[in-house]
Amino acid sequence: MELKEKIISSYIAQQDQAIPVNKYVHRLRCEAIDIFEKKGFPTVKEEEWKYTNLIPILRHDYSLFTTQKTSVEHKNIQRYLLDDLDSFRLIFVDGVYSSWLSETTHHGKDICVLSNALSQPKHGAVIENFYGNIAPRHDALSALNTAFAQDGAYVYIPKNTLVEKPIQILYLSTGTNAQMMLHPRNLIVVSEGSHVQIIERHQCLSDNTVLSNSVTEVYAAVNSQVEYFKIQDDRLGASLIDHTFLAQNQNSLCSVNTFSFQGKLIRNNLNFYHRGPGVSSNLKGLTIIRGEQLIDHHTLVDHLHPHCESHEIYKGIFGGKTKGVFNGKIMVHSDAQKTNAFQQNNNILLSKEACIDTKPQLEIFADDVKCSHGCTVGQLNLSALFYLRARGIPEKEAKALLLFAFTEEILQDISIPQLKNRIHKMISNKLDVDLKFEL
Amino acid sequence: MLKINDLYASVEDKDILKGIDLEIKPGEVHAIMGPNGSGKSTLSSVIAGKEEYEVTRGTIHFEGENILNLSPEERAHLGIFLSFQYPVEIPGISVTNFIRTAVNASRKARGLENMPAAEMLKKIREKAAHLGIDKNFLSRSLNEGFSGGEKKRNEIFQMVMLEPKLTILDETDSGLDIDALRIVAQGVNALKNRDNTVLIITHYQRLLEYIVPDRVHVLYRGKIVKSGGSTLAFELEEKGYDWIKKKIKTT
Repeated sequence: MELKEKIISSYIAQQDQAIPVNKYVHRLRCEAIDIFEKKGFPTVKEEEWKYTNLIPILRHDYSLFTTQKTSVEHKNIQRYLLDDLDSFRLIFVDGVYSSWLSETTHHGKDICVLSNALSQPKHGAVIENFYGNIAPRHDALSALNTAFAQDGAYVYIPKNTLVEKPIQILYLSTGTNAQMMLHPRNLIVVSEGSHVQIIERHQCLSDNTVLSNSVTEVYAAVNSQVEYFKIQDDRLGASLIDHTFLAQNQNSLCSVNTFSFQGKLIRNNLNFYHRGPGVSSNLKGLTIIRGEQLIDHHTLVDHLHPHCESHEIYKGIFGGKTKGVFNGKIMVHSDAQKTNAFQQNNNILLSKEACIDTKPQLEIFADDVKCSHGCTVGQLNLSALFYLRARGIPEKEAKALLLFAFTEEILQDISIPQLKNRIHKMISNKLDVDLKFEL
Repeated sequence: MLKINDLYASVEDKDILKGIDLEIKPGEVHAIMGPNGSGKSTLSSVIAGKEEYEVTRGTIHFEGENILNLSPEERAHLGIFLSFQYPVEIPGISVTNFIRTAVNASRKARGLENMPAAEMLKKIREKAAHLGIDKNFLSRSLNEGFSGGEKKRNEIFQMVMLEPKLTILDETDSGLDIDALRIVAQGVNALKNRDNTVLIITHYQRLLEYIVPDRVHVLYRGKIVKSGGSTLAFELEEKGYDWIKKKIKTT
């Protein structure tokens, strides 16, 4: 049976057992499965999927629901968390919330699980206002998530609240089912004048095949600030299709930093929608991969209002037979005068077989704007390498040092010191050197 | 200390050095002069081990060891230092961290422990102050946005930190004003002792007024065509290179 048919028939079968949800969500799910049924999985014939072929990862007999509850011990997952960081924690095992690994709160804010929010009437107003509001309804994969998503993070921050510690969201898959498809779903609502930091990671604990089709919606109200960090360093059997949508109101500041270090196939769809003037959006991405992996970044910044800014820098280091895709779309609509949009994509190919398809895509319909973009693809600078070696730095370290220096621009603004340290360590590890100093 | 015998080198199949013989004894200062395109920078790159240059014939011995098969870093560990004509800009690595990494890499190669951070910092500050280098300069990215003079001064700073046995100054004087030139010369002279050797590659004799060479060689079309004492530099400054070129044509 084809995966698509299997998905449709299990959707019908699970209807009877599903946790009751409010009518709005039920209707959303019904619409979503119709859209998925109509459209199916995207193929390379679609412009947005031209360079990323999903067929190889769809040829598996995925389980769509976990058959049994697997318990995971804290010591087995410690390394995937920033354990030294005082934080709220939302941890899911095979798509199911693990209350004993997590640390939630309802004091003055809600940092808890989506399944509760979807079923409890007291959250009804927030759900009806925000859930599924910016996720594009006609996108097949987001629709698939909407139809199947049972749980995920639910974060609701009321007005003028500085969330005192970061939130770590960790999705684990245990490999109890040899091939597993997951649909994590996060809803983050940050009210006027509030501030929150979030770190998200998807992690498989075995070498089994996992496909996560994740959707995150972030709503940043007037004068709010959201810092979102995504760590993508999974096992080689794990694939991730991530959809992250942010809606920003007047004078809000949102940043999404994506660190892509390992995974069989990773596709990031990251869309920013401006809903008021004076908004600032930051998109940063760092990709370092070897072997035969594929990492695809598709971003969109939709400038609809005047006096908004967006800054986008994506850097990639590709070794082995890896493939990278960068497609950065910036739309500046006719009302978005005085927009300042900046985009940059720099890539280093370390081997002859590695390749990158990069496509900056700016569409500007306003006449009083400042927009720039640049993109480079190259190799390590041999003159710089000789310079370092002539000072006694061995070739391997010299190469790593140059690559580290290349990544610096992405790392400099990480506001959580423990996270910055961890990312530094991950990079040294990827570059196979022990670089102890701060750059 | 440095002994070059019948050295031929080419880049991309183009012969550049065509039979160089040169011997420099410990404590000596030699200068190599010559018109543009005569092979001066190639010679310095070949001694430092740049891989784009292919040595087709001859040998280079440093303290009795044939170094032609050694990597650039191994040559650096032996104590060979090349002050670059065009130091490379490397954004993202600070001057301090670069020099720390370089000093410790050489120590490691010699079987020494890393220099303790406090000692390193003290040495960096002392040497920088000596060369009139501002503290802020040390935390800037290596050579990025440096003026020509700052780049050259940074090279000399690295030299005094690494304390090499053989220093090759590849057109270190070009682009320097008189004050910077004097500081560079001071740095070199301070390092110079009975065992240290300096090879100066230059177009002009003005650096040689501050660092007086024991021998001056004229490189032309990949060969040393004339050698002499320090007065040869003044003679060249006065007469230019044409008289040497003519002399070669007639022979």
